Amino acid sequence: MTDASHALSALADPTRRRVFERLAESPASVAEITRGLTVSQPAVSQHLKVLREAGLVTGTPKGASTVYRIDPAGLGPLRQWLDRFWDAQLEAFARVVDEDKP
Amino acid sequence: MTTITAAPVRKDVLVTCAPDRAFQVFAAEMGRWWLKSHSLAASGQAKVVVEPFAGGAWYEVGNEGERCDWGHVLAWEPPARLVLIWRLSPDFTYDPALHTEVEVTFTPEGHGTRVRLEHRMLENYGAAGAQMSHVFDSPNGWGGLIASYVAAAGA
Repeated sequence: MTDASHALSALADPTRRRVFERLAESPASVAEITRGLTVSQPAVSQHLKVLREAGLVTGTPKGASTVYRIDPAGLGPLRQWLDRFWDAQLEAFARVVDEDKP
Repeated sequence: MTTITAAPVRKDVLVTCAPDRAFQVFAAEMGRWWLKSHSLAASGQAKVVVEPFAGGAWYEVGNEGERCDWGHVLAWEPPARLVLIWRLSPDFTYDPALHTEVEVTFTPEGHGTRVRLEHRMLENYGAAGAQMSHVFDSPNGWGGLIASYVAAAGA
């Protein structure tokens, strides 16, 4: 129906994918995620920002830090897929409307 | 567990006709533009039917005449507004218990019409949203990632 590389484009970056996979194991703070990787904490924060924007992970404040986890409803991939789905459909719709022009 | 409200998917497009025509093409002539790649009909899609009244059915008909339900019409208000109940589960099967809404509005803009689409109540997919992995092929080893995602999301 569609391919994963499109639907999960936010995960195309290998480091970002490792951040995501780390969170798939258990929720973690930025510091905890950074500990298992060879990249800086600001870089991890940046990756988390992209993952959040893609709806793949959520962040919950806990004390001074934020605990990140993958979207518990599992809606990230679904939203991404629907986003592309409706993009394509509306494009097709507009094309047909324009074809009708005399 | 707290209730999670998913952000709706919102889209809009500007078309070069009046709202009544845009509504007509969108709803009554849906089969003309609906991408054939998104079909439940085993024999391929012959047409899409949106019955023109609130409570009406929304379905497609395959080339061999089989009917595949998609959902229902919640509001039929030409030329300004159409609300459809989308009952297709993440793996694209009809689930009569599933309720998500697709609202489409048609607003005059310049010489054309701004068509806005909102697919909402996505939280009703709940954990089933994770089953979307069914529709994702895994050509580059994505399968394992998806599997771990689903496992963790379902936990």
